[in-house]
Amino acid sequence: MSMNHDLALIAPELTLSFASLALLLLAAWRSDWGRLISLLAVGVLVIAGWSAADLWIAAGDGDSALTVAFGGLLTADGFAQFAKLLVYFAAAISLLIAPTFLEKAGAMRAEYPVLVLLAAVGMGIMVSATDLLTLYVGLELNSLAAYVLASFARTDGRSAEAGLKYFVLGALASGILLYGMSLIYGFTGSTDFHAIGNAMSGEIGIGLLLGLIFVLSGLAFKISAAPFHMWTPDVYEGAPTPVTAFFASAPKVAATALLIRITIEAFGNQIAAWQQIIIVVSLMSIIIGAVGAIGQQNLKRLLAYSSINNVGFMLIGLATGTEQGIAGMLVYLAIYVLMTLGGFICLMQLKGSDGTMKENMSDIAGLSKTRPALAAAFAVFMFSLAGIPPLFGFWGKLVVFNAAVAAGLFPLAVIGIAASVIGAFYYLKVVKTMYFDDGDDDMIVEADDKALGWIGGALALAVSPLGYLSIPFLSAVTLQAARSLF
Amino acid sequence: MNAAEIPILSIMLAVPLVGALLCLFARAEIARVIALVATLFDLLLGIWLWTSYDPSGAQWQFVEIAQLFGPIGWKLGVDGISVMLIMLSVFLMPICIGASWRTITERVGLYMAAFLLMETLMIGVFAAQDLLLFYIMFEAGLIPMYLIIGIWGGANRIYASYKFFLYTLLGSVFMLLAMLWMIQQAGTADIPTLLNHDFPKEAQTILWLAFFASFAVKMPMWPVHTWLPDAHVQAPTAGSVILAGVLLKMGGYGFLRFSLPMFPEASAQFIWLIFGLSMVAVVYTSLVALVQNDMKKLIAYSSVAHMAIVTVGLFTFNQQGIEGSIIVMLSHGLVSGALFLCVGVIYDRLHTREISRYGGLSINMPKYALLFMLFTMASVGLPGTSGFVGEFLSLAGAYKVSTWATLIATTGIILGAGYMLYLYRRIAFGDQVNADAAAMPDLESRELWLLAPIAAAVLWMGIYPESFLAPIRRDVATIVHRVERAAPAGDTALKEHDKTTAKYRVKAQHGGHEEKPAEGAQH
Repeated sequence: MSMNHDLALIAPELTLSFASLALLLLAAWRSDWGRLISLLAVGVLVIAGWSAADLWIAAGDGDSALTVAFGGLLTADGFAQFAKLLVYFAAAISLLIAPTFLEKAGAMRAEYPVLVLLAAVGMGIMVSATDLLTLYVGLELNSLAAYVLASFARTDGRSAEAGLKYFVLGALASGILLYGMSLIYGFTGSTDFHAIGNAMSGEIGIGLLLGLIFVLSGLAFKISAAPFHMWTPDVYEGAPTPVTAFFASAPKVAATALLIRITIEAFGNQIAAWQQIIIVVSLMSIIIGAVGAIGQQNLKRLLAYSSINNVGFMLIGLATGTEQGIAGMLVYLAIYVLMTLGGFICLMQLKGSDGTMKENMSDIAGLSKTRPALAAAFAVFMFSLAGIPPLFGFWGKLVVFNAAVAAGLFPLAVIGIAASVIGAFYYLKVVKTMYFDDGDDDMIVEADDKALGWIGGALALAVSPLGYLSIPFLSAVTLQAARSLF
Repeated sequence: MNAAEIPILSIMLAVPLVGALLCLFARAEIARVIALVATLFDLLLGIWLWTSYDPSGAQWQFVEIAQLFGPIGWKLGVDGISVMLIMLSVFLMPICIGASWRTITERVGLYMAAFLLMETLMIGVFAAQDLLLFYIMFEAGLIPMYLIIGIWGGANRIYASYKFFLYTLLGSVFMLLAMLWMIQQAGTADIPTLLNHDFPKEAQTILWLAFFASFAVKMPMWPVHTWLPDAHVQAPTAGSVILAGVLLKMGGYGFLRFSLPMFPEASAQFIWLIFGLSMVAVVYTSLVALVQNDMKKLIAYSSVAHMAIVTVGLFTFNQQGIEGSIIVMLSHGLVSGALFLCVGVIYDRLHTREISRYGGLSINMPKYALLFMLFTMASVGLPGTSGFVGEFLSLAGAYKVSTWATLIATTGIILGAGYMLYLYRRIAFGDQVNADAAAMPDLESRELWLLAPIAAAVLWMGIYPESFLAPIRRDVATIVHRVERAAPAGDTALKEHDKTTAKYRVKAQHGGHEEKPAEGAQH
């Protein structure tokens, strides 16, 4: 394959890389142009998304020779493009909502959009990596940007703490992941997913099994699945809210997609070896995410536990190891991105009458009286995250459980769905606080940024029953994306 | 003009939904009017639906099919049973709006929107012909009901709303898994097709239990009934009416629509469970009702007892029993709704549900006492009221299956007379011990307008039940025919050579076999 062909396949990454370097230069000269650079970055993400969609259409139904780039280091298949589109969407929303919030926190600098773009490049590489090395490069590119973003409000002690925690624990997880990779490389003799997949057929030794476990553990950390979830509530709480919204959406999509690809393409012959791990991790995440959230008073921590809980549901799809299960996961991911971004956008509008941002449960008491539209949108996201029909979150749960039932994983499905009722409890608690409790009438005032209201409203409409209209389209594209893995 | 010419079911779903959206943005006075107009319009559509329904026509009428949501088919259609339950919903709805006209003063728009949304979802449950659509409608009702109980409920409303939500959700999620399995096994989510699909017997047991988990909670059956008294007591009057009147019927409808015809063998296998729980429920909850000091709680427990008679009737596998339980459902929907309204009337005046705070109301509130008496009698099952027809039929049907279960279930009527008459005596008769209760004014015209239509319907159903039996007869026969192969033998069959009965026997008849009742012969 020619160099041109290879470069054409990574057009989205190239666009993002060059644009982020250019914007970095601009930021160096004009550090007060944060808002403009943010908008430019959104434009760049749109262009990158466009070329990703273009590549997807060109890739069609997966002639693998056309999608492999750089001799098997990367692939530009439908699965990668789907994940990229989701990542770019989440990143763009995170950029749009950030400027006013960060300005108020005194932390808006022009580097913010650049870092988000660089993270997006890393995530693009993550989701298209078909080699352990590119995987690691992408992962670290994303993580390094994320560490900085977490502590972006550097004068705020909590934000700095969040960044440090994220860095230390993230480095630990990367170490675990690298150790697993080295074991796998040592026992299979290759870093290429397909070569590993071929080498892992039949009986595997304990060394390879350990490698697999370490890799899965490292990735479980990145998607904040239990029992590697401890960092999540702290980082989510400490990081500035727009950054938290970003963390909860884009990197989660990328890491989940990465996990899917490595388990299916590299470890696909050893389903029996990892299936039970995924099942346990999935159930633990669902239950810990649900139970841990119950006592939370800080809404950001609550949403952090909610994201742990949701990752558990997504992993149900992976545990099946079937095309249907993966497609279900992708549907879930897409809906999850909408719901979680919407939830954080609602949080960002909780401006107290004293001008500070509120993020505690008690602050939203009686919100439905003072800010009915905001409360309604928040309630929609909460019910949707809980998976209560007729909201769109229900459809995400339905498809993964459907896949689990089809694959015959009844105990997983039964325990998972029963635990979803525990999860419903704390989502209900948020609705209860907003609708049933009485609060101060002037507790929460109109937010400064009107754009938040519009974006949040649009997302609320998307997860409302209107979202069901997108099911035929969503099913078709996720199935096509999942098919390119098998 | 026949209603089949237009997509009447979709319109009936859309009218309250549009009303709900408008109410959200309207001022209180306007929201009330919008809600009343929307519900009355839906009532008119419902009457049109009923009159256009042809009891001898196709089994499923007014069918609408659209592929909007991929695997979730927008498939609507009704048979006679659905028509009657839809009628019940649209009939009670304007009454609920009327009952909340004065009492709800806070966040009226949201309240009316929740009720109208509830109406859409109730009609949707009874009209859905796609499993997933049914599930969505069935579950979605939790959200507006949660808000209704939680925002406008009584002192302990938050506990009650949580309990209601989580209890019913936990019951239903297993049903969802079962539905997913069924759709995969049968390759379709179309309910009419699934009704004639034979699931393997081993699978039926599990599927039946999963559906049972949901419907038993919704019904509610003992021992998972505990959410009901809490929810009833805390909900505002109209919330209780809709909860007792229609939401509980979803459980019975589910048994009738899914459990029986889809899993006949498993249903037969679990008769003992249904009968056992129902027998306990009848006796236990009746006794509990007897000692209540709270009016709403008493009626809530009586609901559980009445619903137990419904479950006994449903699982008799014969025409009388099933027809009877449908009539009990309709009758209970009207009567318990009316009783909650009656409680609401005096609650609005004195703001207490404590029975001992009232007394001798027949002196200062004669009109009220008369109507309350009628509904009390209907709840007891006095001949001439709707309660009698249903209870008699379902118990007569049950007698063919199990003498013992019938015997114990029948005590429910006696105990029912006990607690209802006791309640009536304490409220309406006796001395006027409480001065404030004695000073309460009689029914105003608004309240009269709410109660009078229900009273008329109760008498109509009691005196000429044929109007309500005619639409359901053929559909019940279809179900009976479907479950015939699994029908239990029954313990009342005569022995071939039993000397004590020989002399009563008609010679030509082959005794010893339970005679399948000719259709409609028993009426």
